[in-house]
Amino acid sequence: MAYSDKVREIYKEQLKDIENAGIFKQERFIHSTQAADIEVEYPAGSSLKKVINMCANNYLGLSSHPEVVKAAHEGLDSRGYGMSSVRFICGTQDIHNELEKKVSEFLGTENTILFPSCMDANAGVFEAILGSEDVMISDRLVHASIIDGIRLCSAERDTFKHSNMEHLEKKLQLHADKRLKVVITDGVFSMDGDCAKLDEMVALCAKYDAMLFVDESHASGFIGKTGRGTHEKYGVLGKIDIITTTFGKALGGASGGCVSGRKELVEICRQKARPYLFSNTIAPVVVSGVLKVLDILSRSTERRDKLEKNTEYWRKGLTEAGFVLKEGDTPIVPVMLFNAKLAQDVSRDLYEEGIYAIGFFFPVVSKGQARIRTQISAGHEIHHLDKALVAFNKVGKKYDILGKTKQAILDRYGQ
Amino acid sequence: MADMKDTILEYVKEEYLEDEDEEIGYNTPLISGGIVDSFSMVSLKKFLETKYSISIPDEKASPEAFDTVNSIVELVNEFLKD
Repeated sequence: MAYSDKVREIYKEQLKDIENAGIFKQERFIHSTQAADIEVEYPAGSSLKKVINMCANNYLGLSSHPEVVKAAHEGLDSRGYGMSSVRFICGTQDIHNELEKKVSEFLGTENTILFPSCMDANAGVFEAILGSEDVMISDRLVHASIIDGIRLCSAERDTFKHSNMEHLEKKLQLHADKRLKVVITDGVFSMDGDCAKLDEMVALCAKYDAMLFVDESHASGFIGKTGRGTHEKYGVLGKIDIITTTFGKALGGASGGCVSGRKELVEICRQKARPYLFSNTIAPVVVSGVLKVLDILSRSTERRDKLEKNTEYWRKGLTEAGFVLKEGDTPIVPVMLFNAKLAQDVSRDLYEEGIYAIGFFFPVVSKGQARIRTQISAGHEIHHLDKALVAFNKVGKKYDILGKTKQAILDRYGQ
Repeated sequence: MADMKDTILEYVKEEYLEDEDEEIGYNTPLISGGIVDSFSMVSLKKFLETKYSISIPDEKASPEAFDTVNSIVELVNEFLKD
């Protein structure tokens, strides 16, 4: 046996270090479907508690939507449970092809390729389309999966300050001699909820002959007037060379992702992207569900409109209560607490009040930027938001942070 | 020498700090302190190579060598001597 006591001790030490650093992640068991109202077992073994979920990526409230569930059942019945194959051997059904076409139509792109997850799409795309003569210039706050994808690629790497277009332009000038240049950004940034300035980025990329890559995981389905994404909001539909997105958030919330964009790039991914080539096809049941989601979103903007209204209501309520928020208009609404322990204490107390919202702190966000990230859903009704506001007010009063500035909170609680 | 230190410190501030960030000094840990991430080192390396007309091999451009302004100055001096 190679797993000796010595080996075990090494791992136990690592786990102890994580615990001592206060960043050990405990999972909470949800006994209900994903929705605004959920039943949670936490800590493990305790009785179930009914809480309002304020931290799911279920932006459109479609994760347990009856039409989506029905479509998934039908897909299960007609196409089976699994395919036991990667796509290029015998894992491609007609519905995979259909979904790729539907996603292209929805996002306004030339072509699409499905991946087991958007993490896989981001991990595989750069290595497939770039080589050592090329450069990747990424926003400093892009998602971890993009960072992993960049690491796996032999092209040169550089970064620009978050959403700083002057800095990006300098970097495009610095790397003018490269064969291919790709500028990389999130459409909506997951921790701050702000949007990339895609109109300016498209113009810069055109000026310096660079491609533009946008991860739309926190945007697809609800950003823009008809929910196409950040590129719709900024009037640059059809001008993004590479979009990646997930079906694991607003678009049904199950799993799966894709690369969507210029047809040659998509075809190169089909030939070369390793997470696509060496991982199983998306299960038919999920494909069927996502097809129904796109159908729902294409026939009405009702859900994204409701999400927009809910977001306005929530932001207004928190602002009036006196919380410090990150500015923006997306359903990611970070309540800034700055101090890591305070974020954990507030999260715990909110849970006691029946509100499920998680604290984020270093290393997930920068030191001194701890927060409760709230996420609004079209599945929330006003009574959910009102109840959550009462709880936030109560807990905010307890810690004396209402109406206080960042500096006042830092003076009292430290970084 | 002092000039080089200040030039590099100024570049690091300009290139890596955001407006709300705290001041940094010659010995502030840049990479281990989370101010400069490993992807962003490339522009610092390019800056040094252009500014001082040197070529720093990739294996010498380690996170340790780039961790403080002082250690960067040492690295540059090593190549200036050659």
